[in-house]
Amino acid sequence: MRRLFLFLLFPLLLQSCNNNSGTTGGSSSQSTISGAGATFPYPYYNIVFRDFMRYNEDKTVNYGAIGSGGGIRSLRDHSVDFGASDAFLNEKEIESMNGEVIHIATCMGGVVMAYTLEGVDSLRLTGQLISDIYLGKIEKWNDQRIVAENPDIKLPDLDITPVYRSDGSGTTFNFSEYLSVVSQEWNRIMGKGKSLKWPAGIAAKGNPGVAGIVQQTEGAIGYIGSEYALTLRLPTAKLKNRAGNYVDATLETISAAANVTLPDDMRATITDSDDPNAYPISLFTWILVYKDQAYDNRTLEEAQDIVELLEYVISPEGQKVAAQINYAPLSEQALEINSRLIKQINYGGLSITPQN
Amino acid sequence: MKDKIFRFLLFFAALIILLLTAGIIFALVSRSTEAFQEYGIWGFIANPEWDPRPATEEYGALSFIVGTLYTAFFALFLCVPFSLSVALFNGEYFKGKRISSFVRSIVDLLAGIPSIVYGLWGFYAVRPLIIDLGINAQGFGIFLSSIVLAIMIIPYASSLSTEFISMVPNKLKEGAYSLGATQFEVIQNISLPTARSGIVASYILALGRALGETMAVTMLIGNTDRIPKGLRDTGNTMASVIANQFGEADGLKLSSLIAIGLLLFVITALINMIAKLVMKKVASI
Repeated sequence: MRRLFLFLLFPLLLQSCNNNSGTTGGSSSQSTISGAGATFPYPYYNIVFRDFMRYNEDKTVNYGAIGSGGGIRSLRDHSVDFGASDAFLNEKEIESMNGEVIHIATCMGGVVMAYTLEGVDSLRLTGQLISDIYLGKIEKWNDQRIVAENPDIKLPDLDITPVYRSDGSGTTFNFSEYLSVVSQEWNRIMGKGKSLKWPAGIAAKGNPGVAGIVQQTEGAIGYIGSEYALTLRLPTAKLKNRAGNYVDATLETISAAANVTLPDDMRATITDSDDPNAYPISLFTWILVYKDQAYDNRTLEEAQDIVELLEYVISPEGQKVAAQINYAPLSEQALEINSRLIKQINYGGLSITPQN
Repeated sequence: MKDKIFRFLLFFAALIILLLTAGIIFALVSRSTEAFQEYGIWGFIANPEWDPRPATEEYGALSFIVGTLYTAFFALFLCVPFSLSVALFNGEYFKGKRISSFVRSIVDLLAGIPSIVYGLWGFYAVRPLIIDLGINAQGFGIFLSSIVLAIMIIPYASSLSTEFISMVPNKLKEGAYSLGATQFEVIQNISLPTARSGIVASYILALGRALGETMAVTMLIGNTDRIPKGLRDTGNTMASVIANQFGEADGLKLSSLIAIGLLLFVITALINMIAKLVMKKVASI
């Protein structure tokens, strides 16, 4: 419901922003870029697209936060100019798109473990422990396995209430993907997906729902999108990364997860990264566009608009906005691959050079 | 001429409502066929599995049907003592008095509170009590939802019961009084038996209301896709699973959710029909 509301509200907001910035001369060449998809980067896109429109008063960007799946479908149906997704397209999806699609990473995020335990302000967890908690195999906070990782903390004899997402979510996907990598048992029993079949715990809708329950329940632990948890300053657990270090989720540690060799098409999974400073549950989010923009009745101008928008998002200015609202900015290497990919976008074989 | 236009307008309005209802049923049926074809109607209803993972995808409605019946009937059970006493207070003891209309408007106010406000109240005020009582560790579940649901349906059960109790003919009651019956005996032997089917009908309607309640239950029940093991356990109702999972669903999952919607529609329609039949019986007395 909330999503639908935002979806309906957003074009209105954009319209009003646009009106405020003065539309006098713009009516002759007003162009609209439309996109739809992931909800995770929505607050970031909201601001970065607004800034883009401020610089380009003749352009309007509409973005509907309808979920990654919906974004991919909308792009495939050609009902939007770009799709946005928290998961890159798998081979099957790539085939179904009827045309080559380019993945442009726009920012990074993580999944953090928020908890509420009176008197415990620093907690260390490992992937294996999280897996055991969510599988219902560790039921008490003072279980020996948790105590072993936290020798300096007095943990209470209290039931653990694991909280998960009741709606399908990219956050669940990234959380379960990480656990599938670090725990064979998780991989066998749960697997990875946007929604799973959970043996233990309780569920709530959206990041706000999970955060609400975790904050209000003594002994609860829940996985939450980093952008949401960092903004609310929820207490979160340090996770043991691949190098064996216990790492807090911060913008720096999330960005550090991308310090691995990234593939040329940017379809990279960076969970359980090798980097010694990396936060282990980190992720990219992508904007998807067709490589050849000459489809349907699209004009060269429309193709140029898209390229301009993408270049703005990955520009230093666009990335600075990301950090301001708790999304981790892209690493140098990711930016480099991004701009190489943007250069590949063409219009029926013609290269597209932005007008500015 | 004016009469004709008016009649046409009325006819038109009635027709639109009929068409709308037919349209809703058609949409539910046509969108849910995929799920019913995959599992069979009975196979879908009787299957407790709800597994949304693409590799092992399997959907059944049983755990949500059980969760719905659990919460609704327990809520009904909890609501009876309160709504019946309100009905007797207003319809018998203080019939026509000022205090009665005051109580009545307060109870009606309960009916006007939006569902989400009940949800918030349950989340912040009732849930800590449940934890303190030691019902379960985190408070959410069938028990909490039923308590809040019970309060939500009190006005529906009590206002109709009040009507039926106050409709009991005075000559019957006066006859009993003249034979030396106390007020309690009159209520026990005259008022309640005479108004019985009306009271039953009002509770059936309240039950129908509890079955379909969505927002408050979604906030309080814990949203776990399993058959609840008891009143202390968490669960999911038919309405709350739709509210939770509709957003990103597609394909078979979407169809299964719509099928659950259709089942809920059928159940509540049946409940309302039963209530109507019972009330007809009252009218004919």
